[in-house]
Amino acid sequence: MTSSLLFNITTFAYLISMLLFFVFLASRAKALGTAAISVAYGGLVAQTIAIGLRWKESYDLGVGHAPLSNLYESVVFFSWTIVLIYALLDIRYKYRVIGAFVMPFALLGMAWAQLGLNTGIEPLVPALQSNWLLYHVITCFLGYAAFAVACGISIMYLIRANHDESSQKAGEASLISMFPPTRVLDDLNYRAIMVGFPLLTLGIITGAAWANYAWGTYWSWDPKETWSLIVWFVYAAFLHARFTRGWVGRRAAWLSIIGFAATIFCYLGVNLFLSGLHSYGGGK
Amino acid sequence: MTTKNRDVLQSLWDFFCSLKLTMFLLITLAITSIIGTIIPQGAPPPEYVAQISATKLQVYKTLGFFDMYHSWWFILLLYLLTVNLVACSIKRLPHILKIITHPTTTLSSGQEQSIANVASIKSSEQPEALKDRISSFLKSEFAQPVITEVDGAWHLFAQKSPWCRLAVYIVHLSVIVIFIGAMIGSLFGYKGYVSIPEGETITKIGLRSGQELDLGFGIRCEQFSVSTYPNGAPKEFKSILTVLENGKPVPDYTNARVIVNDPLQYKGITFYQSSYGDAGTHFFTMTDTEGKNSVPVTVPGTDSVALPDGSSMHVTQATDDVSAFAPGLSGPAAQVEVHSTSGATDSFVVYANHPELNVSYAKQHGSKLVMHYKGAQKKMYTGLQVAKDPGVWVVWLGCFLMVIGVYVAFFMSHRRVWVRIQNGHITVAGNSSKNQAAFQPVFQQLVDKLTTDLTKEKTR
Repeated sequence: MTSSLLFNITTFAYLISMLLFFVFLASRAKALGTAAISVAYGGLVAQTIAIGLRWKESYDLGVGHAPLSNLYESVVFFSWTIVLIYALLDIRYKYRVIGAFVMPFALLGMAWAQLGLNTGIEPLVPALQSNWLLYHVITCFLGYAAFAVACGISIMYLIRANHDESSQKAGEASLISMFPPTRVLDDLNYRAIMVGFPLLTLGIITGAAWANYAWGTYWSWDPKETWSLIVWFVYAAFLHARFTRGWVGRRAAWLSIIGFAATIFCYLGVNLFLSGLHSYGGGK
Repeated sequence: MTTKNRDVLQSLWDFFCSLKLTMFLLITLAITSIIGTIIPQGAPPPEYVAQISATKLQVYKTLGFFDMYHSWWFILLLYLLTVNLVACSIKRLPHILKIITHPTTTLSSGQEQSIANVASIKSSEQPEALKDRISSFLKSEFAQPVITEVDGAWHLFAQKSPWCRLAVYIVHLSVIVIFIGAMIGSLFGYKGYVSIPEGETITKIGLRSGQELDLGFGIRCEQFSVSTYPNGAPKEFKSILTVLENGKPVPDYTNARVIVNDPLQYKGITFYQSSYGDAGTHFFTMTDTEGKNSVPVTVPGTDSVALPDGSSMHVTQATDDVSAFAPGLSGPAAQVEVHSTSGATDSFVVYANHPELNVSYAKQHGSKLVMHYKGAQKKMYTGLQVAKDPGVWVVWLGCFLMVIGVYVAFFMSHRRVWVRIQNGHITVAGNSSKNQAAFQPVFQQLVDKLTTDLTKEKTR
């Protein structure tokens, strides 16, 4: 069994899980929801083993390092953290249907990684040979994943809020009535960001500590650093919005979606469109 | 002070205390920060200047877009954020401190209406005995209660982690601490760069501001080396450095290894492996096309030297074994660039083991002089980033406070429970400073347990 095969199985599992979630939404059959989440959990287990296996394989190649060193590995890890955060949310709050809006993110990541990126295990360049790599990448991506989940929930919030408004007139029932009520979605959105924000803060701090340790500057306004700060500002605004009249509800949901868009730009856009210190992606 | 003045001050104060200002500042900071990630920072490169119009360039310069994060308006936004969070904290802190230090220890009926979790239990037991039993119950199951008697009713009040209400202010404080650390760094620290050829010693470094700084001690580069993975990718950049005080090696800092991600620190100054290059000397001879009248030419490192005919040359690349680049050939070779007096630039390869190629190149180009490569004395230089930042520990302290503060602010809450014993009625009320949903089952469990406890005792 190779990590590559397991990653393909994972991708397939996430695809099946997402489709099951969609059918679950349309049919409202509880069994389908259970099936969808079970397949997602299966995929998560397969992916966990695959990541561990890839780690071991890198040692077998004599270039041993944690599988977090290039774009492929980071996208795979991102996808893993998204499903992990969703699983934790599901265990705690049991709003299964959120999977229909979260699994697409995980699937997108895995499909892109498996089909579009260079999957080879490469030796670690000198700049990445540090334990800080592990702390920095893990905290950042867990944070990003929480924001991805929050974004999915916010999209549901906006759909539900629009539906509630229009259905008051029409009085129709539809698959949107499967969604948790807006009050619950708003709360879940906040909870996901409550998990993501401290992790992003830790991610920025570990990044700064690493930069200081390796280059002697904890902050140099590099595009990656700046974008991570932009993301931090957006979510700081989101957290303060809850206490500000006129910013709750829809606007908060939009802030969460904009925050995730900024997160994705910070993660991928900076590498693809701007220059900077984080070398993965881009030319590779 | 006139009332009008006071009104102005009051509205100014309200302005700085408002969360709307916070929202505005956070969003504005987020949006404006994008500028500096799109427009190159520092002196704009000529390619960029050529791309944009003169008016645009002028506008960008005026607005400080080329050093955006240090421009007056960006700094002003950061100052406003600081003032805003200080003002918000000052406004709310006294109220919070009062809740912590002077808690409401009695449960009035008015308060009962506004609290989310209220339960009541009936008991015919003596109020005095009930009070003692509930007190010991709260002590073991929740927290040590404060007991007060008001108008014949007993009030018990117990609370958990009231101080976690301060977490938000710790986060606000941490931002200010980080700013202070950054200021200390920019006032008393510096960033610089130095390159040291192998075997040589430096005592001065060039700062980013353009000035030169005397270190007060010397750094000698003993050796620099690059190791590679089998696929040719770099594996390690390594400098061996020795610190010299008055020309003598410092024992613990002799032959110290410096690699990327593992710097050398001496007297609060840190040296980071940052770049490297060739500082070796290349040897050439110039002959006529018959190979006679040989004149030696020595080219140090990447420097340019004058040739007998008035042109100048420098080495762009050199190798010990040319076969990797040109199969069939062997031995050392150097790629050189010759700038003739007429201004023309010629770039070509000169070989050590293949004089016939050197001759034929000269003939093809109608040159009477033939250049031959004689190899190089190898030498590298190491490029070191030099930094001193006495503020960095203040920044880490700020970061530490922020992480702790954010954690407590999000994941802990001030939980309070009141119990009132009056006319055989026990009223229990509970409240949590946040996350009521999580507190509700905890409260319910507490009430259930108290109910069973009281009834159990009664039936015994």
